[in-house]
Amino acid sequence: MELDPLVLSRIQFAFVVSFHAIFPVFTIGLASYIALLHGLYFKTKNPAWDRLSLFWTKVFAVVFGMGVVSGIVMSFQFGTNWSNFSQAASNFLGPVLSYEVVTAFFLEAAFLGVLLFGRGKVPQGVHLFAAIMVAVGTFISSFWILSANSWMHTPAGVELIDNRFHVVSWMEAIFNPSFPYRFAHMAMASFLTGGFVVAGVSAWFLLRGRDPEANRRALSMCLWLLLFLAPAQAVVGDFHGLNTLEYQPTKVAAMEGNWETSTNVPLLLFAIPDQEAQTNRFAIGIPSLASIILTHSADGEVPGISEAAPDEQPPVAIVFWAFRVMVGIGLLMIAVALAGLILRRKGRIYHNPVFLKALTGMIAMPFVAVLAGWIVTESGRAPWLVYGMMTHAEGVTPSLTGPMALFTLVGYVLVYGVVFYAGIYYLTRVVRNGMLPEEERETVGDNFHRPMRPMSAAHTPFDDDVDPARS
Amino acid sequence: MEMFDLTLIWAFIIGFGIMMYVLMDGFDLGLGILYPFAPDEDARDVMMNSVAPVWDGNETWLVLGGAGLLGAFPLVYSVFLPALYIGVFLMLAGLIFRGVAFELRFKSRRNRHWWNRAFCWGSSIAAFAQGAVVGAYIQGFRVENFAFVGGPFDWLTPFSVLTGLGLMAGYALLGATWLILKSEGHIQDWAYKITPLLLAIVLGVFAIISLWTPFVNPVVWERWFGHLQIIWIFPALALLCAFTVYRSVKRRREGIPFVATIGIYVFTYLGLIVSKWPVIVPPNYTLWDAASAPESQLFLLIGVLFVIPIILTYTAWTYWVFRGKVRVGDGYH
Repeated sequence: MELDPLVLSRIQFAFVVSFHAIFPVFTIGLASYIALLHGLYFKTKNPAWDRLSLFWTKVFAVVFGMGVVSGIVMSFQFGTNWSNFSQAASNFLGPVLSYEVVTAFFLEAAFLGVLLFGRGKVPQGVHLFAAIMVAVGTFISSFWILSANSWMHTPAGVELIDNRFHVVSWMEAIFNPSFPYRFAHMAMASFLTGGFVVAGVSAWFLLRGRDPEANRRALSMCLWLLLFLAPAQAVVGDFHGLNTLEYQPTKVAAMEGNWETSTNVPLLLFAIPDQEAQTNRFAIGIPSLASIILTHSADGEVPGISEAAPDEQPPVAIVFWAFRVMVGIGLLMIAVALAGLILRRKGRIYHNPVFLKALTGMIAMPFVAVLAGWIVTESGRAPWLVYGMMTHAEGVTPSLTGPMALFTLVGYVLVYGVVFYAGIYYLTRVVRNGMLPEEERETVGDNFHRPMRPMSAAHTPFDDDVDPARS
Repeated sequence: MEMFDLTLIWAFIIGFGIMMYVLMDGFDLGLGILYPFAPDEDARDVMMNSVAPVWDGNETWLVLGGAGLLGAFPLVYSVFLPALYIGVFLMLAGLIFRGVAFELRFKSRRNRHWWNRAFCWGSSIAAFAQGAVVGAYIQGFRVENFAFVGGPFDWLTPFSVLTGLGLMAGYALLGATWLILKSEGHIQDWAYKITPLLLAIVLGVFAIISLWTPFVNPVVWERWFGHLQIIWIFPALALLCAFTVYRSVKRRREGIPFVATIGIYVFTYLGLIVSKWPVIVPPNYTLWDAASAPESQLFLLIGVLFVIPIILTYTAWTYWVFRGKVRVGDGYH
């Protein structure tokens, strides 16, 4: 077994970026929700909104902290394992990724402290403004990251001179052809993730009869939101797919499992793609549906994977199945949102235990869908790092050996295993201690004389023994 | 030639960022290194409480430096990181464990000793790795065609092990003098007691490195013993600061030891820079070779010039809010 540094580097990047991405995708949605709760409280003065925003701000603090910790690793990953790519693309990627960091720190420096620790210390309007700015800041951060990523899929505004990209037009490079679609798709994904987590946790609280007044409101809000967002995301995803068809036809062919360019292409529900034989060994599909979706006519022509030479094809089975996982979960989300609508008419969304348990079970689903979606788009770009301009093999660190790459891969798996086990464990405790009645809840204490840092905003002990030093 | 040299501006910004990082994360890493030697659990609480409000702000400079290097000096980013591959991983792993220990140690009782260990080991490994980076930088790298071509352990030599241990001792000294400033009673007494010892270790390592450096690096030899005699001012000033630390500890002054320790760092750092200037990727690439395109440097400069004052203001404000002594049992929880 020969250790290939290229394969190991790709696995490592997939691993660390997946572990990182699940946190921001949640915090972006949650930040907007918290801002909305602040706004509702500001307007109606109903304390239920305040209780909700207090609880969700605690959750936000912990998740944001984990996002920052895993983000530090990301800022070094390009240099350690993809140094040739860093060197080549630095003129564009350097400033764009730096702007993400700059934005994130600006947001943290200016507003996060006020949001986490200013409750009751600053005027309500200032607190609301901070909540809105944090939400805006998370979007600006994701704007830069997705611009950088989209550019790797649909490079524009640059010219390649002596193995280095030079920016000819910042506007064209930043707002490259796939960026608007990807950004919209990802923003919706963040809202869906936030919505399903809030709905699921609210359902869990309702099952236990905890603060029904506040949690019913939260659940009802989320279900309206999801009813609109889940189908809308399918539409946005479809547009994104059509954009990909225009710029990366091979990726779409792999998503559809379509090997030969042809008309009346079926939509495959199940298939076993065989890259060796360049065909599907087994396939069940709905006749002509892929052609209809992609070209809006039954006899429309859909490109085939074989248009690309075998060594320029993405790993078809991975793209094909990740795509089905993502779409499958998307359909499930639409179904749950519709079930909510039907139950709502009978007034049973707050009581039906099967529905509430189903919602609780849905908490993990948006995360799986997001990761599957990233796997589709990133694997579907293979073997290209910058589509049509630079391959993975050209971008990897030349001095990297198999054992080195394996060492750090195993290392990151171990480190993340320990750290995120602790983090997730702690998060579940925050949730389990959440939304308790007023007399059982801990006082927030004097925040201006305590550290202004994310996780300390969640005043929950890490293990069962209560700390006697707590005042 | 343009009106002003963007590359020089960026060199100043990145240089300033690295200095800020070393000084600020230095003392909280140093406290982690001193952790096992602390007299009791109360002292550990105070040590951690004294930096809890500021440590992640301190780490800001590391990420900013990393991203800034990719934006302004991509060659540094794409040579240093592969060359120091294993060291960078160890540093990141150490920083992660340390960060999580900060957050969870106070919220935990049964597992506290594990978080203590995570804090100490994480800080020690991160500090050692950073010191080894300095040593590797002094030695230089095997670079061909704008890429590192050496082996995975090229950076790990007796020399870089020494600089690694040296930086650990230096960070511990920063930590101890910071503790003098922030603590009182028996904890402060302990900090006063260990400071001269740490200072002796730092000066010892400092002397060995100073004697050794010209031998591992002919360019430096030429600098120090050639026509630029004026640069001897930097080690002289560093030694003056060291003497000030010693004297102020003897007189039980509270703020001066920490300030003078910062002085040791600043002058050592400047001495290192002038020894190498204008080479940034040793042995043979200068600042200008390593720079990104001017339009990229300019594009990023606009945002950075806007944000750095805000970060500095926020940092100053945080330190101001949390000024004064940290007492046993002070509310962090």
